[in-house]
Amino acid sequence: MDYFAQQVINGIVLGSIYGLIAIGYTMVYGIVGMINFAHGDIFMIGGFIALISFLVLVSIGLTAIPLILLIVLLVSMAITALYGWTVERIAYRPLRHSFRLAPMLSAIGMSFVLSNFSQVAQGARVKPVPPIITGGYTLLEQNGFAVRLSNAQIVVVVTTIVLLAIFTWLVSRTRLGRDMRACEQDQTMAALLGVDVDRTISMTFVIGAALAAVAGMMYLLYYGLVDFFMGFVAGIKAFTAAVLGGIGSLPGAMLGGLAIGLIETLWSAYFSVEYKDVAAFSILIIVLIFLPTGLLGRPEVEKV
Amino acid sequence: MSGGDILSVDHLTMRFGGIVAVNDLSFAAGRGEITALIGPNGAGKTTVFNCVTGFYKPTSGAIRLTPANGTAIQLERLNDFRIARQAKVARTFQNIRLFPGMTALENLMVAQHNALMRASGLTFLGLIGAPSWRSAEKHAIDQAKLWLDRIGLLDRADDAAGNLPYGDQRRLEIARAMCTGPVLLCLDEPAAGLNARESAGLSELLLSIRADYGTSILLIEHDMSVVMEISDRIVVMDYGVKIAEGAPREVRDDPKVIAAYLGADEEEAIAVMESGT
Repeated sequence: MDYFAQQVINGIVLGSIYGLIAIGYTMVYGIVGMINFAHGDIFMIGGFIALISFLVLVSIGLTAIPLILLIVLLVSMAITALYGWTVERIAYRPLRHSFRLAPMLSAIGMSFVLSNFSQVAQGARVKPVPPIITGGYTLLEQNGFAVRLSNAQIVVVVTTIVLLAIFTWLVSRTRLGRDMRACEQDQTMAALLGVDVDRTISMTFVIGAALAAVAGMMYLLYYGLVDFFMGFVAGIKAFTAAVLGGIGSLPGAMLGGLAIGLIETLWSAYFSVEYKDVAAFSILIIVLIFLPTGLLGRPEVEKV
Repeated sequence: MSGGDILSVDHLTMRFGGIVAVNDLSFAAGRGEITALIGPNGAGKTTVFNCVTGFYKPTSGAIRLTPANGTAIQLERLNDFRIARQAKVARTFQNIRLFPGMTALENLMVAQHNALMRASGLTFLGLIGAPSWRSAEKHAIDQAKLWLDRIGLLDRADDAAGNLPYGDQRRLEIARAMCTGPVLLCLDEPAAGLNARESAGLSELLLSIRADYGTSILLIEHDMSVVMEISDRIVVMDYGVKIAEGAPREVRDDPKVIAAYLGADEEEAIAVMESGT
């Protein structure tokens, strides 16, 4: 039981990170109907920018950890958002009216560009950082096994919840959110009502990239490492999460992320670590056989 | 064309490959008037609309919009969202194109994008909740509610637009077009699928829009009871060319119009009419 509780905590933390990335996939799919395969690499870029800005802040002598974390968060969100905007501008927008597969191929190409760029610019080795947030709480302890909740885990989950709340408010209550939902349902009509569709799509990529940057920073805090290739597997997992939750559905993306995180962690804990990906993808296949539109699969409602 | 026209279409031609959908068409729509564009199916009416609202780039010809402030805008040079933003031309479609997953109120809010966009200072002021943005948002909600009240849907403001009855969706579409604050409102068959009572309600709505806002209306319609009742001017098209233009009474009695609608040649139609009188 204790062991199980510990694995659930670990799974929720991992799931939060997947969920933040999955929102980027599902939002872009909702509005332009394409799978942005470069999104995993945007997450990786976010991790690197978090690392670099952290090192810069420490080297100029800043010591207050909460302040450092806040600045790192804002800087990595801003710069990664710029990457997301640029990717859309140069790789997808020129192909918007081309045949359907063109932006997808372009996205795969962009994924390679971003990961190779990081490899060349930052080197191929894994970059470790010492634990930034230390300490934690022991929730309960019996039979020599302690269920622990580390401060890093708390930071990951709380940040995710706060950002999701802001993001949900943005989509459901603001002009930008209304424009995004309108574009997703009928781009032509939205344009006729004066909505700049290109700009709204750009903003979707910017928001998706900012959330991916948060995920990248959380990954860095939690695992203490980044490398140029981490975007690939994390991206595929988050994409799986988006499909599992019902692609196009925002709550679905978060739910799918949590589901994938829990499945992976529990499988590794009770069966074998080597087969955790097999488990995650098998469950995806089983769900899609019985629920082809995913868990929250009414994609025409509540999607962006 | 005279200075009193809001829209003047000059020698408009639209070709699709070998097909000439609109051939050398010229007409004008008066400021503050309701102009109807009628004709048998396939006459090219919707093509004209698509040229006016920037969907098609005309093969040749000019479409000039002259708003009240007098600066003429060449509509054939604008496209996409600029038609709504700069020229203030709004349109509806033959088939309903509301945002079905959004509420009736939200549909009207999206239409006020331009005003809100200015107030939100390109999004950022809106994100930090600046007072100017809040008052603009409140004003937009009031405006949307005013229109919902006008079309009798105030109690259904928070229902998804896709769940409203057909006639209500039609009226909501017109209200949404009006929320963009247009100088010219283009309606493509607004009475299609409405029953007689709903059509009468539509006529009333259009007349009240013209009376209260001075909005000029360009209308494609097959429901002759609506057309004859509300139009100030009627342009009749057949096979891409204009065959008649004038006040409802003149057009109704024009033998060429009757021929076009009955599908007979002109001489036969004249013969039919003369034998009838």
